[in-house]
Amino acid sequence: MLQEMTRTLQTDVLVIGAGGAGMYAAIEAARRGAQVILADRGLIGRSGATVMAQMTVAAATAEPAADSVENHLADTLRAGRGLCEPELSKLLCEEGLACVREMDAWGVGWARQGEQFSPIMAPGHDRARCVYVDFLNTGPAVSRTLRTQVIRTPGVMRVGDLCLTDVVIEQGRCTGAVGLHLPSGDPIVVQAHAVVLACGGLTRLYARNSASANMGGDAYALALRAGARLIDMEFVQFFPIGHLAPRMIGMDPIMWDPFRYKLGGRLLNGKMEEFTHRYGAVDDGRYTITRDQATYAITKEVEAGRGSPHGGAWLSFAHCSPEQLKEAFGPVIGRLAKNGIDLTKTPIEVAPIAHYHMGGIAVDTAMSTGVPGLYAAGEAVGGANGANRLSGNAITEAFAFGRRAGASAAAYVANVANVASAASAASAASAASAASAASAASVANVAASASGAPEPSAAARALLGTLSPGSLAATVNTAAEIELLQQVMARHVGPFRTGQGLREGLAQIREIAARVRAAPAHRPQAFDPEWIDWLDLRTMTLVAEAVTLAAIERTESRGAHQREDYPGLDDTWLRHLQVRLPGTPAQLTLESIPVASKEAA
Amino acid sequence: MKPVATLTVWRGAPPQEGHYESYPVPFEPGQSVLDGLRHVRAHVDPTLALRYSCINANACKECMVLVDGKTVYGCTTRLEAREMRIEPLRNKDWVRDVVSEIAPPDERLPDHQSA
Repeated sequence: MLQEMTRTLQTDVLVIGAGGAGMYAAIEAARRGAQVILADRGLIGRSGATVMAQMTVAAATAEPAADSVENHLADTLRAGRGLCEPELSKLLCEEGLACVREMDAWGVGWARQGEQFSPIMAPGHDRARCVYVDFLNTGPAVSRTLRTQVIRTPGVMRVGDLCLTDVVIEQGRCTGAVGLHLPSGDPIVVQAHAVVLACGGLTRLYARNSASANMGGDAYALALRAGARLIDMEFVQFFPIGHLAPRMIGMDPIMWDPFRYKLGGRLLNGKMEEFTHRYGAVDDGRYTITRDQATYAITKEVEAGRGSPHGGAWLSFAHCSPEQLKEAFGPVIGRLAKNGIDLTKTPIEVAPIAHYHMGGIAVDTAMSTGVPGLYAAGEAVGGANGANRLSGNAITEAFAFGRRAGASAAAYVANVANVASAASAASAASAASAASAASAASVANVAASASGAPEPSAAARALLGTLSPGSLAATVNTAAEIELLQQVMARHVGPFRTGQGLREGLAQIREIAARVRAAPAHRPQAFDPEWIDWLDLRTMTLVAEAVTLAAIERTESRGAHQREDYPGLDDTWLRHLQVRLPGTPAQLTLESIPVASKEAA
Repeated sequence: MKPVATLTVWRGAPPQEGHYESYPVPFEPGQSVLDGLRHVRAHVDPTLALRYSCINANACKECMVLVDGKTVYGCTTRLEAREMRIEPLRNKDWVRDVVSEIAPPDERLPDHQSA
């Protein structure tokens, strides 16, 4: 039954995820001559984290005397607390700068003073380095600009509402992906020589998050099941001043950061006292405190019974006049007024909120995962930001790694095509060594798919078995299970962790996974919310377990990973924890590996 | 007794005819209509189809529905302690419940036909 309804698409490069990284990857692959399908489970350019970014983009845009890539890199490495892969960090700073300029040429509208950009200071940077688009409009402007550019680039087919569930691997190389077409409920096979995983991070795993509904770790689960490796999964960044109260609608919870960049603002406890200095971090209303320090200070103050009424801290802009606020935030002040908020009169409540994931798919500087034909880009990638990401580096990373992944995938596809044309010769020589035998097998495979009708391969059909009806108990509410998982992660795998809490969390994650192991009992229908939840639970339980296992293993406190039972840095832990999913049945494994630069040195 | 918002929601999928179903949800000041619909999914009926991505930021523009006959975003419309009627957009193809086909035509799967 599944096969009859299955539809097959063919392309050179499949990009999964149409946020900043995915759109940049699609543009770059296409302008290097590849045919591209840009797929997203939501709307193209509207569905990931990028469109929600209200803040800034870090890049050393100033003239050479005033700033440099080296300065930006030094700040990035310092924030990463020893766990950055320096080559990836360097790529972020270098290629990211080129992309910021390219985006400017494409008309994104970075804020300017005269001819020059007017970058602002953000925490952790040694100078004003963060460009932005007013007012709170960086993400929407970036998304719109890239989407326009995608449309202008010949060779990119955009497909929204396509939820890809597994990467297809045949003879050790990536040959596309399979998934569910949401509006019809039909299974889909996309045959591609290369796949770029650009579908973001995992912050939806947490009850309070600044993520979109499709950031439950899709990229990580796709990578793990394809045989790729993840690193640093225990490092989840909590944004310290996510909006808590009063309830606001139509505003992103991380919106207070730009206010702080421009206007300072004071963090106060429930007794209206400044408190960050008690935790070794003087802020002085100038917003110099780093994200992990602020998260720690607010959490500890709440624990000590000195929180704000809803369990966070107060953020006050009472030092600003209405004119200052209006100048800095224009129409946003009106939107706040509609929510009953007048910053000149009342402070608002803020609390830490899951915001970004430093860890992710292990790649080299070509964004290759090591699985031939499989690339990754954007937040999905681990390593560039180490144990703690610097403000403003996320969009820069999306640009830089997206562009690089697109270029690499296009080069790989061109190479595959050349090799395919010499397929018979290569086949004849295949017995020479194990290595050449493997390459000949893959060459034959490429030749067959290039010439053949779009018939799904046996491997693709097998993976589509995931969409077959199962025996999920009718009593299971899939939406409630997702909420439960988010609560478990917030309670036990949040910014502050203990071995006991993490093990409790792990047990609860596994209980949820066991309850939802079997698929829904009906076949997927048009826009089928239970199936969408179930596929999300399949991903989220796997990724939650990966985060928790790594957090249990890392018996130290570093950056965003804080173990109350192991306070302080332990330099024997200047290593990554690498997660894989080998075996049948597949099981997560954990291995400690050195930071690459240290090994090379 | 705590105040209640009653969401009267269009249910069903083509080719069948749709129908209304009513769901009382606990009312808390400040909530959005989308919050109310998500509450229905997690506490009453997970088969209720909604579409949204950004949840609260009004960035994705996916949660457009009719509330009492008016086209609005579910995430920026306040829930109220009364009966509110939620329907799919009238000028778009109906997919399921309050979900309509909103993707731009050239971003849909080519040659798409429902099975």
